[in-house]
Amino acid sequence: MQIIAQVAFVIALIVGIGFFVRNVRRLIRNIKLGKEVDRSDNSAARWKKMGKIAIGQYKMVRRPVSGIVHIIVYLGFIIINIEVLEIVIDGIFGTHRVMFFMGGFYSFLIATLEILALLVLIGVIIFWTRRNISNIYRFMSREMTKWPKDDANYILYFEMALMSLFFIMNGADLQLQLLGAPNYAIANEGEIAGYFPVSQVLLPLLDGLNVSTLVIIERTAWWLHILGILFFLNYLYYSKHLHILLAFPNVYYSKLKPQGEFDNIDAVTKEVQLMMDPDADPFAAPEETEEEGEPEKFGASDVFDLNRVQLLNAYTCTECGRCTSECPANNTGKLLSPRKIMMDTRDRLEEVGENINKNGSFKDDGKQLLDDYILREELWACTTCQACVEACPVGIDPLSIIVEMRRYLMMEQSAGPADLNNAMGNIENNGAPWPYNQMDRLNWANEN
Amino acid sequence: MAENIKVPTMAEYMAEGKKPEVLFWVGCSGSFDDRAKKITKAFVRLLNNAEVDFAVLGTEESCTGDPAKRAGNEFLYQMQAATNIEVLNGYEIKKVVTTCPHCFNIIKNEYPGLGGNYEVMHHTTFLKSLLDEGRLKVEGGKFKGKKITFHDPCYLGRGNGVYEAPRDLLRKLEVELVEMKRCKTNAMCCGAGGAQMFKEPEPGNKEVNTERTEQAMEVKPEVIAAGCPFCNTMMTDGVKNKNKEDDIAVMDIAEMIANAQDL
Repeated sequence: MQIIAQVAFVIALIVGIGFFVRNVRRLIRNIKLGKEVDRSDNSAARWKKMGKIAIGQYKMVRRPVSGIVHIIVYLGFIIINIEVLEIVIDGIFGTHRVMFFMGGFYSFLIATLEILALLVLIGVIIFWTRRNISNIYRFMSREMTKWPKDDANYILYFEMALMSLFFIMNGADLQLQLLGAPNYAIANEGEIAGYFPVSQVLLPLLDGLNVSTLVIIERTAWWLHILGILFFLNYLYYSKHLHILLAFPNVYYSKLKPQGEFDNIDAVTKEVQLMMDPDADPFAAPEETEEEGEPEKFGASDVFDLNRVQLLNAYTCTECGRCTSECPANNTGKLLSPRKIMMDTRDRLEEVGENINKNGSFKDDGKQLLDDYILREELWACTTCQACVEACPVGIDPLSIIVEMRRYLMMEQSAGPADLNNAMGNIENNGAPWPYNQMDRLNWANEN
Repeated sequence: MAENIKVPTMAEYMAEGKKPEVLFWVGCSGSFDDRAKKITKAFVRLLNNAEVDFAVLGTEESCTGDPAKRAGNEFLYQMQAATNIEVLNGYEIKKVVTTCPHCFNIIKNEYPGLGGNYEVMHHTTFLKSLLDEGRLKVEGGKFKGKKITFHDPCYLGRGNGVYEAPRDLLRKLEVELVEMKRCKTNAMCCGAGGAQMFKEPEPGNKEVNTERTEQAMEVKPEVIAAGCPFCNTMMTDGVKNKNKEDDIAVMDIAEMIANAQDL
């Protein structure tokens, strides 16, 4: 019987981790559909930023309530993994509380984990209340319906279930130890493996149950707990919860330059240089270059035109909506929501990924990120104020995607709003966005 | 010249074989917009008063390309940038000061990649340095004790992390500095950035500048201090829409300092 359980456990572990590896490979493949971008510079500054923002949760606490609760859940989840390690070892080798050899420290460890688990449970309940009852606008807005809304709640239910199972498992285990049940009680009589400050409150409920019922309760909770974790691991890829893994690389690869600085397009620089070069022969045949093919497309109309960091951003977004709640366009009822820009990018990227899974390579589906997901009205509402970039607790840059798509509209399609095109014409003709003569530029000095 | 301000041009300096300490980049708004021209002149009066050896490009100045770049027209931006850099490098400019955070950001951050490397300062930082060097006197005057709030320009604050220089100057004016709920890193945009200044807003339920003006009015200021000609326009319009122009002034910090000194 024991050996069957061990084999079943190892199989569950292999399947769970195997699927996870498959998901990670798909994730990496999809991100690599984007353009290469060099962020290998300044690794010291990048590690520091990651330490401060991702590990240190520096931006999370700008909103103290959700920030502090998030830190509790975050720390709890990381530390509770020690228990998962013990569960895995016990599962493979058929042992019971294998780390007990640590003695007094083990009791301290289990007690700490129990208290953390309780804090996580409370934290998750607070999160659920905020999300479903408190009427917080960023959780109720336009894009937070259907799957995004359900996904957020599923994660919370899942965490509640995992924590509850952890307590049931511990409570039943404690009762079995107290009853001196074989495989549970330890050799030294009267000694208990672990100290259970939280789950001991369950003892009165378990009182009077016989050993075999308790074993069933304990084993069921134990199995559901670990299978739940393996399921959760694989749920990540389909969920906004992926941020628990990607927040770290995402912050590492985020932009270090001043937020106000946008990148210059090198291909444009080359063309401008050529245009301004008085020695250039306008009738010269284009130089023979090694890399023949289509001329570079300016800006982005689909996920292929974005860079890999932007696509990583899309997978990292946990849809908290801090960006959107700071966005001046969204604040004043415009269609733009930076969060939706990220969600749309991920949805389109996933659609492309599915297409590749089905066809081997991408088969044109007649769709693109622009218009089919992100509307022009959204893009033109942006004031480029960088509030979204500043607000993001994990270093996502929705603004860079907006600008990239504006570039496509302006340079590939000449599809800017008419009044904006007038301003562009003025800049081109008289060096100011208004129709004033450049020769009048110093008139102010002589006016009253 | 009706007013007694000295505005030498680079061409004049060149003709005399001299180089100024700093180039004052006026910007389109500062050159052409009637409200912004007052900021430009106030800043020049401060420069004259502090005996700063500066010059402007005058008719050789052209749009930096900021609205084009933020709108997505990289070509037009780079054309403008290339022309401007040619002029600036031709005059061997080393240091630039500007009253516009958009010009400040683009020349400081985006021109270097195209061959334009200068030390670029926003006028509030520059005035702060004059103050520290003892070249500029900033005293309370008529603003002493008045309730004043500062609206952070996006491309000065979030864009480049300059939050304190303008506030230091205001404190020096001995005002009662009150912060809006949204200030510094999470300050709200006035609504002009990203080339919005030059287009009709997208449909919504409110104008961005109205929302921002309401936020400013919550702290009941006598003056909304600004550091950007576009913010200035937006906030001025916002205050006018609320019929509060008699109670709340919108002023650039340079104007306030010049005003306090009766310059």
